[in-house]
Order: sequence, then structure tokens, then C-alpha cells
Amino acid sequence: MNFKNILITIIFFIIPSKSFALIEVDITRGNLNPLPIAISSLASDNSSKTQLTKLLKIDDVGLEISKVIENNFRQSGLFNPLDKDSFLQKPDIAHLKPRFEDWSLIKAQALITGKVTYTEEKLRVEFRLWDVLAAKEMMALAFTTVPKNWRRVGHIISDKVYERLTGEKGYFDTRIIYVSEKGPKTQRIKKLAIMDQDGYNTKYLTLGNELVLTPRFNPTNQMVTYLSYFRNLPRVYLLDIETGIQEVVGDFPGMTFAPRFSPNGKKIIMSFAMDGNSDIYTMDLENRIVERITNHPSIDTSPSYSPDGKFITFNSDRSGYQQIYIMKSDGSNVKRISFGKGLYGTPVWSPRGDLIAFTKLHKGKFYIGVMRTDGKGERLLTENYYQEAPSWSPNGRVLIFYRETKTDSKGEGFSAKLWSIDLTGYNERLVETETDASDPSWSSLLSN
Amino acid sequence: MIISSGFHFMLIVIATLSLPFLAKKPIDLPPLVSVELIQITDKTNIPFAPKAKKIIEKIKKEEEKLVSEQAPPKKVKKEKPDAIPLPKDKNEKIKKIEEKKQNPEKIDNEVKQVSEFEKKEIFDPNNIAALIDKSKEQLAETNVVDDKITQSQDQNMDISGLTLSEEDALKAQIFGCWSIPLGLPYNENLLVRIKLKLKPDGSVVKTEILDHARMNKPGQGFYKVLAESALRAIQLCQPLRVPTTGYERWKDLQLNFDAREMLEG
Repeated sequence: MNFKNILITIIFFIIPSKSFALIEVDITRGNLNPLPIAISSLASDNSSKTQLTKLLKIDDVGLEISKVIENNFRQSGLFNPLDKDSFLQKPDIAHLKPRFEDWSLIKAQALITGKVTYTEEKLRVEFRLWDVLAAKEMMALAFTTVPKNWRRVGHIISDKVYERLTGEKGYFDTRIIYVSEKGPKTQRIKKLAIMDQDGYNTKYLTLGNELVLTPRFNPTNQMVTYLSYFRNLPRVYLLDIETGIQEVVGDFPGMTFAPRFSPNGKKIIMSFAMDGNSDIYTMDLENRIVERITNHPSIDTSPSYSPDGKFITFNSDRSGYQQIYIMKSDGSNVKRISFGKGLYGTPVWSPRGDLIAFTKLHKGKFYIGVMRTDGKGERLLTENYYQEAPSWSPNGRVLIFYRETKTDSKGEGFSAKLWSIDLTGYNERLVETETDASDPSWSSLLSN
Repeated sequence: MIISSGFHFMLIVIATLSLPFLAKKPIDLPPLVSVELIQITDKTNIPFAPKAKKIIEKIKKEEEKLVSEQAPPKKVKKEKPDAIPLPKDKNEKIKKIEEKKQNPEKIDNEVKQVSEFEKKEIFDPNNIAALIDKSKEQLAETNVVDDKITQSQDQNMDISGLTLSEEDALKAQIFGCWSIPLGLPYNENLLVRIKLKLKPDGSVVKTEILDHARMNKPGQGFYKVLAESALRAIQLCQPLRVPTTGYERWKDLQLNFDAREMLEG
């Protein structure tokens, strides 16, 4: 009897009565539409508001910070900041506890709320990032700084939210150094200028007495290297932005140009030309030792290090036409990587390490493009009459470059402006500058 | 002896019921890009003869549907004036076939006169299959044979995954809701598996990230970002476009979100 029961029990458990295999569905595609995000004005109490208005001459600093964030996100092309007029909840209440139904009603998927206070002569800004669909808080941070830094707070918040939602570091708390240009083409006054990446807070670093070209940021600090003229010879200079001190790099018998820092900021790599030949050299900034990297009768120029410092990309006409090459950082294993039609120049290694940006000239048109480090997968992002000198954002997503255009319909006049384009090639935007501008270089994140 | 025969019996039963599942290979379908979802669904859902019994039973239950399903005989009638005159003997053959099937004129008259309840009586389940696929007269006969669906066949039908159109509809719906975080590194393992518990209307009762441990691992921030984006997509899409029948089959569903293809461009 017992045995019978056991047998029945075993059969009951072992035999599947009616089982269903779990259905799996693979989702391998999604959309690339900008993420709808609601950026509520940052609330502030009456006392703080009054004091900050008096101090900064701004009516509502909380609102202005939210506009900085909004502008950053719109420019990125990855977010769609929603119109503030459609918001149903007041900023102060939303910051305490958002009514997610209200925010989801206007199709927001993420929400930023915040609060601004002024205590002990310091500006304190706190913000929260909410996942509207999951109805939960994703992030909450607070910053304290001097009130005049309010724009930077907006950029830092943008970076934090960007990183939380996209998985990569942001690029908003950065600056761009460029050559500011004024006057007719034959008598151009060129000054070094620096501004926030959104075009605000422009400052001029040189007076415009000497021609300046190709400024480049040190990836680790606020040093800049650029080309200027010393005793009528083009020379590579170093400039400390914070102190304003500048110096000539090395005492070369010929001209030096196309400088760029190594990834650790301790070396400068540049071209040195003498007797019609141009080769690539490095100089250690600590001990000033100069090292020759290439030794070829052709013109080797525009060197750029890979982010790990192990490789260098440069352009050379050693094959008869200007093409892009890579080599080890000691100059060995030189390998040509560009094989498309046209001329290739100004290669720049992406901070991510996976791509090289370049300028291409083909059939009278200039292209800004990217290719993988083995030369495969060439993609031309933008085409125009004249444009060059791409520079990467610190996260390797966006390129800034300059473009020259004719200013009137007759094809006369001349204007140079900075433009940015992201890796998709769709999000091309004019970067506002006070004057004409060329040769931009993007800094690394300031808040690192 | 009893133990041995008991276990033998058990093995035979297990083999009979379970092995067909094991032997069944998963359908390896290439990813499809669906544009006209509804059309694809309709096409795939056109009933074919072996499934006719199920459909007929369903129709029997739904009186209103019966009315609409009765419509085809009218079309049969329309064919008559268009028919090209054939030699006498051939015409006779056709008449015989029609009599075997149904008499369209007769049905038409009855539809006009009788109430919906009475219409039910004129419904002939065996002929529905023939009406569904008029191109092959033989199918009606085959259908009669196929009425005897064996147990193992029945189970196979139940446990098989979603049909092509069902899966396609669901995929397309989620494609539209999933905003892929573009900043993710494409050379990493970017697969997020989410198990769902669904209501019959397709709304989501519960979501479970199967590799939840990765969410808070240091250096795996991108995984968290991806998983959150996938959860947002599910929330945004619900109720999901699930089949109207077979709830037991899909009440538990696993979605595998893989962003590599998109990020590699």
C-alpha cells in the first residue's frame, strides 16, 4: 500500500502535466529619438532669491540654471527638453515629491528638479533626477560654490544627468580654445580666445599683435600649446591660462608647428621643418629632451597620440599624396591606413581610442570624417566648401571644427565659424562665438 | 519485478509525453523588419485546415462571429453568373461537388429568412474549412481526417512559441518604445534579460532583471543604464501587443534586450 502511494507520488511529480517553455523574444533594435526630459526650474526661497538677484543681477537664478541644462541637452541631440509651459506641477512641490502622472501625461521620461539657496555667501544647488515611468528617484546631488559660478553648476548637473542616462561621461563642463578672427582676409587680426563649450564667458588670451594658430589644450591641466611667430619664425608656444605666463618650446634652428600634448600632458609632439623636409619630434616638458620620431624625406605633420600613448597618427605625403598613417610612439611600424580617393589630413585620435577623425579633400570639397584605427569603416560626417581641423569632445561623441563660408549670395565676402557634429552625422550645429573663429580645441572635463 | 515494471511504465509515459518537446528545435528566424504589422498578422493568422477544428469550435461559441463567417457563401453565389459555360458533363460534375459542399442558393435563402439563432443550425463545421481555403476542395476531406488530433500534436501546438507575426508585432512595438542609450560601449556584453509576468490584456504585472547582480557591480554602470532603459521601454509600451488567445502560453515572457547591433552602427 505504502509502495503504491510512493509510486503515485513519484509519477505525479515526474510526469509533466502540461508545461510551457518560457517564450523568449530578442529585442535587437530600438529608436534613436531624443529622450523626452522635463527640466523644472530650480526652486528657491524668497530670501535667497532676493539676495541672489541683488548679487548676480539675475531675476531667478534657479530658472537660469535650468535653462543652461536645457540648452546643453538640446544641443547634444540625445535629449528633447520639454516646454516649461506644459509643466503641471510647481518647481518647489515637484522637488519634494513629483506627481509622476502629471509628468508622464506630457510624455516626459525623465525629470530634473532642484533647489537653490544662498547661505553664508555661498550658492548651494541641489538637484534630483527622477525616472518618470518607473516613478523613482535616480540621482540626487548638491553643490556649493561661489554665486558667480552658477553657469558651471548648470554644466556640472548636465554632465551628471547625461552620464546617468546615457552611460558615458558628459562634455558640458568644458571649455573651447580657438583663434578669434577679425578684419578683412588680407589683414586678419587673430587672437587666442577661450569660452565655455556653450559659447558663454569668452575671454581673449592674446592681444592680436602676432599671428596665432592651432591652439591645443593639455588634457590634464589648464595649459595650452599653440603656434605663434617669434623673430618671424613660426614657433610652438606654451601658455598657462591661469597665470597668463607663456614661453617658447625649445630652441629649434627651423620652424616648429602643429603641436599637441601627449595624453599624460608631459610631452609635446610637433612637426619640425628644415630645408624643405618636415619630421615629427617630441619634447619632454620636464627635462626638455627632444626626440626625433620620424625620419623620412617626405612631409610628416599633424601628429596625434592615441589615448593610451602607445601609438601616434599623422599625415604624410610619402606615398605621393597626403594620407593618414599610424605608428608606434617610438616611430616604428609605420602603416598607412587611409586608402580612399582624395587627400587626407589633420588626423586626431578619439579620446575613446576607437576612431580617428580627419579632414578629407576630394573633388574640390572638404569633408570631416572618422575611420577606425585600422583605416576601415570610413564615414564622412559633413561636407562643405572649406572646413577643417576637427577636435574631439572629451567623451569622444562630438567633433568641433571650423568652416569658412561666403557671406553673400554673390559668393563674395568671407566668414569663419565654429561648428559641431556628433558621430551620427545628423546633429550638426553652429557654435556661437563673439567674432569669426577657427582652429578650435576642446578641453577635458573641468570638474574631473 | 513490480518496481521494474513500474519504472518501465514511468519511462514510457515520460518518453511519450516529454520527448517530443525535447526533440523540437527552436525556430531560428532571421530578424524581420515589419512595416505593416496588421497585414502581416492577418496573413499569418489565416486559418489552415489542420487548425480548422479549433476555429470552428470558437465560432460555435460566438454567435456574432457566426454571422460574419456566414458571409462567404454569398460570394460563392456571385461566382455563378461569372462562370464560363462548360460542356454539360463538366457542369454536372461541378454541381455534384457543390452539392457535396453546400448549396449556396439554399444557404443564401435561409440567411435571408431565418433569425441568427436559426442560422446556427445551418452552420456546417466540416464545410467551413473548405470555405476558408476554397482553392483546394480536398482540404475539406483532409480536415475530417485531421479532426482526430492526437494528444502529442495538441501539446506541440500549445507549447510552441509565438507565431512569426505575433513575435513580430511585439518586437515592433518595443522597438518604438526603446530609446537606446547611445553612449554605451558597443564592445561590452550588452544583453539585458528581463522576465515579465503579464495579464491577459498585455499589461505588465511584474518585471525581473535576470542578471540583477550586474546592476550594482563596480565598472558595470553601463549595464544599469541599459537595464533601466529597457524597463522604461516596457513601461512605456504596456499593454504589450500579445496574442488574443493562449494566455497560458505567454503569461510569462522573457525579453532579451541587445543593443550591440544598434550601437555598432
